[in-house]
Formats: sequence, structure tokens, C-alpha cells
Amino acid sequence: MKQQIISAATTDTAATNPLVPNVWEMGVVLVGFAVLLYIVVKFVVPMFEKTYAERAEAIEGGIAKAEQAQAEASAALEEYKQQLTDARAEANRIREEARAEGAQILADLKAKAAAESARITEQAHAAIESERQAAVVSLRSEVGTLATTLAGRIVGEALTDDERAARVVDRFLADLETQNAGAAK
Amino acid sequence: MIALALPAQDSGSFTPPGIDELHLPAILPWGAHDGFSKQMLLVILSVVIIATFFILAARKRQLVPGKLQFAGEMAYGFVRNSIAKDIIGGKDFIKYVPLLFSLFFFILVNNIYGAIPVLQLPSFSHVGGAYVLAGIVFITWIAIGVRKNGLRYFKLATVPSGIPWYILLIVVPIEIISNFLVRPVTHSLRLFATMLAGHLIVMLAGSGIEFLVMQENVLLKGASVLVLVGAIAMYMLEALIMALQAYVFTLLTAIYIEGALHADSH
Repeated sequence: MKQQIISAATTDTAATNPLVPNVWEMGVVLVGFAVLLYIVVKFVVPMFEKTYAERAEAIEGGIAKAEQAQAEASAALEEYKQQLTDARAEANRIREEARAEGAQILADLKAKAAAESARITEQAHAAIESERQAAVVSLRSEVGTLATTLAGRIVGEALTDDERAARVVDRFLADLETQNAGAAK
Repeated sequence: MIALALPAQDSGSFTPPGIDELHLPAILPWGAHDGFSKQMLLVILSVVIIATFFILAARKRQLVPGKLQFAGEMAYGFVRNSIAKDIIGGKDFIKYVPLLFSLFFFILVNNIYGAIPVLQLPSFSHVGGAYVLAGIVFITWIAIGVRKNGLRYFKLATVPSGIPWYILLIVVPIEIISNFLVRPVTHSLRLFATMLAGHLIVMLAGSGIEFLVMQENVLLKGASVLVLVGAIAMYMLEALIMALQAYVFTLLTAIYIEGALHADSH
């Protein structure tokens, strides 16, 4: 039995030994694999790698774009805030100015009114003074005339000497004024 | 199919199918043993299938992938990231992605043939293809090592640093044998042997079921159900091994390339 197996194995080793390759098959595998490798190197791997790269770029590009938008938005916000603060300051300043201006105008008006009233008062005083003066003058001459006439009638003699008469009247009036001043004291 | 039917016809004794059954008659015979075999047809078909699928999947290059593109990217990303990037790493790994990618899918498709009912023949159950692929990988990693480190690479690959000279006497021959002789042999035979064994088991189960069903005895006929259950389990296991061997072959290739690239740090 054992002998038979051995003899069988030795007689047609070429056909049964599984470790002896078929050269044609090796050739087909070699050529087939070479063709496949060529296709993979030339087309498949570059296409997949390009897709990967594009995808990575798209994702990274999207992130970059989003970051840029974010930065822009925060810059705009900052600008608005700045503008708002500026506007507030401006408003405050204007209000302050208006208040100051108002106060100034009021003060001016007050001063003007005071001046006007002072002027009117002054004028009135002057008018009164001048009228009083005129009255005093006319009174003085009239009183003199009356007094001399009266005295002439009493004395019976015309006090024609105007110069003397005027001197007498003046003395009289001066006495009267000193009397008045003394009474007023 | 013809081969499977043969043992059942003399229903006296069961003759299991042997390795010879793996060699189907050539589709287009020329010469004595050679000819255009089913294996060759399947190998060419695999190239067409892989190239067509991935070109169709990769062609559109949409940022938001459709179903086909997504499947293609998943498959490509698996080899690119889980094998090439994780094992080789660095910036250089992308150079080796095409080789690893082609190896993985070439082996995967040719193995999966064994699990597809009509095709039912893993291409690497013939040793020739495995020799060729392991040979390509062998030449590749030696070339990478030499280009990276010069002829010093052979010293780096065989003489471990920090070991006394009397141990080197033993270690250096072991390193030479394991790296430069055993490595390509195991690399090819691992793939070939698993595919051959898997195919043999499926064939054996198939002919066994056929033989039992042909029996007069009802109990023996019934026993074929047990074989069928076992055959389905084995079929599942084989399908797993087919995918696993494609992964293992590619992973080892990546490890060999990484070893050649970083020989001075090992």
C-alpha cells in the first residue's frame, strides 16, 4: 500500500505536485497584475487622492470663510458700538452747549433789561429834575414879582429899582432856603 | 462538475477528489499540459472587475459622494489608512498605496471566486499566481531597502545591533534564512495553501454529499444532510479565510516595506 503511494507519487510528480507552478498561469497573473497596477497608479489612486484633497480643502475653506465672516461681524459690531458711544458723547456735548448758550442768552437779556430800566429811570430823573428846575426858576421870578408888587402895594411905593428888588428877593429866598434846610435837619 | 460526478458512478466505494481535480481541462488547449485554463480567464476577469469598479467609483469625484463613490472610497480608504498609513506611516506611505491597494483587491477578488457558486475556483489554489505576487513583493521591498540604505541594507537586515559576536555567529545565518529565503516562500505558500485547502474541503463536501445521496440505504441518504450542514459551515469559514488571506498578504507586504524603509532603526 505504502509502496504503491510512493510509486504513484514518483511516477507523475509533474501532474500532482501542487508546488510546481504552471508557467502560463504565472505569466497571466504577472501581466494581469501589471495591468491592474498600471490602472491603479494612473487613474484610481490619483482620482481618489484628488477627491480627498478637494474635500479637505472644501472643509478647510468653509471653516476659513466662516471665520472671516465672524471676524467681519465682530468688527462691524465694534464699529457700531464705537459710533454709538461717539453719538452719545456728541449729544451730551450739544446739550451742554445749548444749556450754556441758554444761560448766556438769559444773562444777556437780563443785563439788557437792567440797562434799559436804568436808562429809563435816568431819563425820568433828568426830566423831573429839569422840570423842577424850570418850576423853581419860574416860581422864583413869579414869587419875586408878586412879592415886590405886594410889598410895593403895602409900602405904597413902587419899588421900581429892579436891581434892588431882585437883591431883596434873593436874600429873602436865601433866608427861606436856610430856614427850610434847618427845619429839614 | 464532470469531475465531481465521476466518483459517484461506481457507487461501490467512495474515492475522494484529489489535487488533480483542481486542474480542470483547459478551455482552449494548446500543448500537452498547457492551455488557456479557467484560472487564467478568472484572473483576467478579476482585473476587469476591479478596474471597472474603482474607475466608475472614483470618476465622479464629488465632494459629497454617491453610493458607488462612497463604497469605492471606503474600500480605498481601508487599504490607504488601515494598512498603508498605520503600518508604513510618515509622509512616504502614499507612494506604496497603489501597490498595496492592487495587491489587496487582486487577491480578494481572486479568492472570493471560490465562494461564488458558478465560478467556484479561487485562482490562487494554483501556486503560480502566489509565487508571482510574493516575488513582486520580495523584489519590491529589497529594492526599497537598497535604495534607502544602499548596500549597507543587507547588513542592517541581517546583523542585529548590540549582540556579542559569538551569538551573531548563530543569529546572522538565521536572519539571512528567515528574511531572504523563508519570507517569500511563506508569503506565497500561505496564500496558496489556504486557498487550495479551502477549495479541497468544499469539493470534498460536494462529492461526499453526491455520493451519499446516490446510496440505496435511506440512512446513508439521510446522512448527507449532516454533510451538507458541515459543508455550509466550512463554506462560511472559507469565505472568511478568503478575505482574511487577502488582508494578511497585504499587511505582510506593508510590514516588509516598512522594515526595509526603517532598517536602520530596527
